[in-house]
Amino acid sequence: MRDDLTYSEAIREAIDYCMSQDESVFAIGEGVPDPKAIFGTTLGLRDKHGAERVLDMPLSENGMTGVCIGSALSGMRPILMHQRADFALLSIDQIINNAAKWHYMFNGEANTPIVIRMMVGRGWGQGPQHSNSPQALFAHIPGLKVIMPTNPHDAKGMLISAIEDDGPVICIEHRWTHHLKGNVPEEPYREPLDKARIAREGKDVTIAAFSYMTIEAISLAEAFKKQGLSIEVIDMRSASPIDHETVIQSVRKTGHLLILDTSWKTCGISAELSARVTEKAFKYLKKPPLRIALPDIPTPTSSSLAEDFYPTADVIGREILKILSVEISDDWERVFQELRGSGPFDVPYLEFKGPF
Amino acid sequence: MLSSKNDLINHFRSMLRIRRVEEVLAERYPEGEMRCPMHLCIGQEAIAVGVCSALNDFDVVFSNHRAHGHYLAKGGNLDRMIAEIYCRATGCCGGRGGSMHLIDLDVGFKGSTPIVGGTIPLAVGAALAAKIKGLSQVVVAFFGDGAFEEGVVHESLNFAALKDLPLIFVCENNGYSVYSNLEERQPKRLISPIPEAHGWEVYSGDGNDVQAVADISHEAVSRTYKGKGPQFLEFETYRWLEHCGPNDDDHLGYRSAQELSTWKEKCPILRTQKHLLDERIISKSELVSIQDSIEREIQKAFEFAQSSPAPAPETLFHFSNLEETKCVTT
Repeated sequence: MRDDLTYSEAIREAIDYCMSQDESVFAIGEGVPDPKAIFGTTLGLRDKHGAERVLDMPLSENGMTGVCIGSALSGMRPILMHQRADFALLSIDQIINNAAKWHYMFNGEANTPIVIRMMVGRGWGQGPQHSNSPQALFAHIPGLKVIMPTNPHDAKGMLISAIEDDGPVICIEHRWTHHLKGNVPEEPYREPLDKARIAREGKDVTIAAFSYMTIEAISLAEAFKKQGLSIEVIDMRSASPIDHETVIQSVRKTGHLLILDTSWKTCGISAELSARVTEKAFKYLKKPPLRIALPDIPTPTSSSLAEDFYPTADVIGREILKILSVEISDDWERVFQELRGSGPFDVPYLEFKGPF
Repeated sequence: MLSSKNDLINHFRSMLRIRRVEEVLAERYPEGEMRCPMHLCIGQEAIAVGVCSALNDFDVVFSNHRAHGHYLAKGGNLDRMIAEIYCRATGCCGGRGGSMHLIDLDVGFKGSTPIVGGTIPLAVGAALAAKIKGLSQVVVAFFGDGAFEEGVVHESLNFAALKDLPLIFVCENNGYSVYSNLEERQPKRLISPIPEAHGWEVYSGDGNDVQAVADISHEAVSRTYKGKGPQFLEFETYRWLEHCGPNDDDHLGYRSAQELSTWKEKCPILRTQKHLLDERIISKSELVSIQDSIEREIQKAFEFAQSSPAPAPETLFHFSNLEETKCVTT
């Protein structure tokens, strides 16, 4: 077991493995074979698998999504990638009207096995159009699976499952997870596309988090543990299908649910999860579920505004104490101060120099 | 290219079959059993027949909302098409698609959908797959003049030329998108110089002359097999009936009676029939026998469709993620 592989390297291993196993798999996207290689996730793939299966692409997101779907209808397994999810919005027509519906509307006559990777930007002034996190938008569409792996282990295992899946899978990767290191077995393995994972066990409060918010939740849970409070952190891993059962099992134990999302609150995936848990497990809840998500405005560019736009572990921590009716003592203030750190807040870690 | 007399008879038969299928569809549509939107191609049959006469079963076709002619000309199963229009379980989409969604993979008819331009990049993708796999195969996308206004078409023209794909685009220019004349939608310039500027080989012709369409198409297919890259064919033609539905829509006044009658005089079927009889390629009795065999086949297809069951309610979730994940109830 290697414990020092980054998320980006894990993604690269998954693509490399699938391309080696199956000649119908190909990788395509703006910048796939360039020196930066989609944040390192496609590094060296062209040398190994050839230019015919590792393709750059014209800036034609909708058309090229259609091209990938058409190739899938002819037996290929394309992996299409966008360095920002915002660009994938240009291809909504092909994703919704064709990829998502084809199998059903043609009575199972054909499949559309396509993986569309898209990255969520944050920090260094990504601003309104480089920071979109569209999990709820895609999860709304029947026929699409939407995954959001948070750590390197899941990135490799879930991407292999996604590439091998016979239907379309949207893979949303947060830019602030690509540098994270973790345990990644060298041999191939598969993680399910529809199961949440308990990231930290606990008994006082359940946090169900999507993507990068899991990282915030884990650091918070560790700080709270020292204070004698036990937080259960669930990494949701998928937005569709959404694994509400795992959350319900946790809520049976804790009685409290806090949902953390990387996107807007209104009609967000946090609303869907909250509704499902409330509908099915109302009796286990001691208080209404609480949602912490982005405020319903575009992402501001200036870090002095973005600082309050993105909820951080200390902000989340204060909400948890409210849920548990714990008074905020000086001791707790020191915990929050430590959780917050001193900034700057527009980078995933202090030494980070990009690419963003 | 000189075609044999047999080819011309086959073209005629194929066009007449499409025409009669659609005339019967139009006759019976008011009965209210075909409960889906229906776009008839009456008047435009020669393009579908001429183009598909140049293709083999393993060649691939994508189509649009006005797909009956393309499907039948490619060899699609008639019974299953009529059953689909009746939304029955025996239809080519099991009743999940209707008239606007036809598929018959046995003959390379990969699918038709009604989002204008929606299947065009799919055809490019199928051609890319053929190229990566080293298959000797031509892919055809049928679309109208309206689709030429869609962004994906221009994205597709660019990429197909870049990769030199074995692809044929067939633009059926009937001059109208629903009720909107081409002049309301596109500047005064031709369509064909645009694909040409992208590096496509471009050919145009009379879309109501089946032999001309067939000749151009055969040459286009052979050029793709010779590795000459994508070919763009533009044919002028005319839609006789309303955009959607079984009726004429002359009373709306969006096009002149004279325009319509001029085009009806150029009927691709009567024109070919006259040629076949005048040149004594077929006799009157042979014509009657062609007509009779088509009528019998159509009658059987409608009987098949109308006697077929509707899709069973318990199949609602088939072919969906819900079926796989068993999380139907909330």
